[in-house]
Amino acid sequence: MSERIPLRPLASILSARNNGQNPDLIEKQNLKIRHSKMRDKARLQSEGRLLVLGMAFVSAFIVVGLRMFSVATTLPEEPRAAATGTPILAQRADIIDREGRILATNRITHSLYAQPHEMLDPLHSAKSLAKIFPELNEEKLIKDFTGTRKFLWVKKKIAPEQLQAVHDIGEPGLLFGPREERLYPNGRLASHILGGAKFGREGVLSAEIIGQSGIERAKDDYLRNPANGDKPLQLSIDLAVQSTLREVMHSGMRHLDAKGAAGVIMDVYSGEILAMSSLPDFDPNSRPKYFTGNNPSDNPRFNRAVQGVYELGSTFKIFTAAQAMELGLAQPETLIPATPPFRWGKHRIGEFEGHNYGPTLSLSDMIIKSSNVATAHIAKEIGVERHQDFMKRLGFFDATGVELSEAASARPLLPPHWSELSTLTISFGHGLSASPLHLTTAYASLLNGGHKVQPTLIKRADEEGMAQGERIIREEVSKAAREMLRQVVSSPSGTASFAEVSGYRVAGKTGTADKPRENGRGYYDDKTITTFASVFPADDPKYVVVVTLDEPKETTGERVRRTAGWTAVPVAGEVIRRTAPILGVRPEVASEFQSALRLTSN
Amino acid sequence: MRGLFVILSSLVVISLAYWVYNENYATQEKLREISTLQRDIGLQREELAVLKAEWAYLNRPDRLRNLAVINYDYLGLLPIAPEQFSSVDSIGAYVEKLEDSLGLSQGEVEGDERREGEVR
Repeated sequence: MSERIPLRPLASILSARNNGQNPDLIEKQNLKIRHSKMRDKARLQSEGRLLVLGMAFVSAFIVVGLRMFSVATTLPEEPRAAATGTPILAQRADIIDREGRILATNRITHSLYAQPHEMLDPLHSAKSLAKIFPELNEEKLIKDFTGTRKFLWVKKKIAPEQLQAVHDIGEPGLLFGPREERLYPNGRLASHILGGAKFGREGVLSAEIIGQSGIERAKDDYLRNPANGDKPLQLSIDLAVQSTLREVMHSGMRHLDAKGAAGVIMDVYSGEILAMSSLPDFDPNSRPKYFTGNNPSDNPRFNRAVQGVYELGSTFKIFTAAQAMELGLAQPETLIPATPPFRWGKHRIGEFEGHNYGPTLSLSDMIIKSSNVATAHIAKEIGVERHQDFMKRLGFFDATGVELSEAASARPLLPPHWSELSTLTISFGHGLSASPLHLTTAYASLLNGGHKVQPTLIKRADEEGMAQGERIIREEVSKAAREMLRQVVSSPSGTASFAEVSGYRVAGKTGTADKPRENGRGYYDDKTITTFASVFPADDPKYVVVVTLDEPKETTGERVRRTAGWTAVPVAGEVIRRTAPILGVRPEVASEFQSALRLTSN
Repeated sequence: MRGLFVILSSLVVISLAYWVYNENYATQEKLREISTLQRDIGLQREELAVLKAEWAYLNRPDRLRNLAVINYDYLGLLPIAPEQFSSVDSIGAYVEKLEDSLGLSQGEVEGDERREGEVR
């Protein structure tokens, strides 16, 4: 700041006073000068700032402009020098089983399209094409090739030898587009799990593959994500177990003349599904398109294990028994009245084939002999609300949530008005329809020590698999339930003695339900759905196996047998006998000493 | 002095220019090589995917099962069953039987066997 000039310099004021002028004018004058100086300085400062800012902008625009110029004038080029391990990414990620064996992969094929205006000899081409592809109509091809169309697809997928044959026609108007095709090397195996894929939007150079059903559709986002091109989706399925399950069920179905069959093998702790099969099945490589029948369960694409909701019969009794033990209403030895019929209003509940197990049965015997009457007595004690709540916690109120596109809509059929009678009948498995997968999940939750499991088709990491769900029943109750189920198989009077596989200590419960008529009026007398739900080994549970057969008939005896004990049980027994060694479960060929050791260690 | 400096520096510039020229062509040569290699890698990967698919197809359980049945006379393969599991004790008898059939002397192998038994 320069020297400050006084506003009222004494000399000027005095001389002004002497001249009789107003000295204030001098002050005003001086103030004016001072202000104009301050203004000039401020202007100079802001002009400088503007200049700097302007220069910054100009240089930024120059940089952007130069960059745009250089981008616009150079040729596009891949960064070739970069050392990349860039894999040629598959368009869709593979699907592998838990051991890494391929369940679904991609294959390069070609599509064939035509540009008629480029053609030299359309008639000859049409004729030759009709010869190579018998399914093409020659007249229609001629019409297409000589018409006004500029472009048409001839075939979506052609084999290499067909490609060569078309090449040999030598027609420039016939062109090939590369295609990736979904390939299921194992054919029918696991067809319902994998589902299938189809082409989405199609272009000349490529076509989208989108999942059509099953896990291909449920996990479509993952499989299509280019970032996952080299990261296959690993399922919990074991190919060897799946193959064995299908083989055994297929032969069982043939022997018993059944219409269909469903089987599930699940890890009792993690809920991983190791094998799931539904018969009849289809080949996902050439997925059947339309189904013309009336009954959806006749459709080979119908997944009985997940979508087929059936009344599962007496397999439900163990839930009632377990809840009674959990609530402290009964112990395995508690005696329960069992004289038929059980009356509720005008309804009468009897035993299968008019048996009478009365006057009393212990809770264990109720399960072993499969008594409807005793189960109804227990259910009455439990009451509607508690029973409903327990069934809900076992997952019988919701869809299973397994990773299949069909699973979300496969909800159990509950009675529209849940009365006390509903509770009584559901306690022994009638009046509530659920899928075999629901039953498998509930058995796993009940028998693994009492922790709820979430069924899954995706392989779980080890630590994740060990994470325990919500507790449903106490550990001791779970153990007691297993012991009861073990007796169903091991005791000579049990209903499932055919499932006794030496060394594997199978525990399970049979269920036979009459098939409801399609018109909704009552039940068939001669059509049953038989189910066997089991767990093994009983003292150290590892796997749950559920087998369901649709309309089986066992005809070796004097009369046709349709109960689970004669149909589903032997099939399930064979499934366990064949799959357990593959699953790595060692049979216990126990000497007395070893079994004593086991008991104490438990 | 000044002339010498000019001559020297122009020599340096010429040699540097020659070096850059060479490097430039060497780089382009390498780039071409890389792109060929990368194309080859791509083709190989594609082929690998085809081979993997083929391998999976040839190893599909249905086919292996049928092959095992057809060639039962040579292979004698049966599905794995619980009866095939056995305890460690029964190995001794099996080894003896094997020795007999091979005509080995009893002593040599027995020593090995005992040692192994101790380890376990």
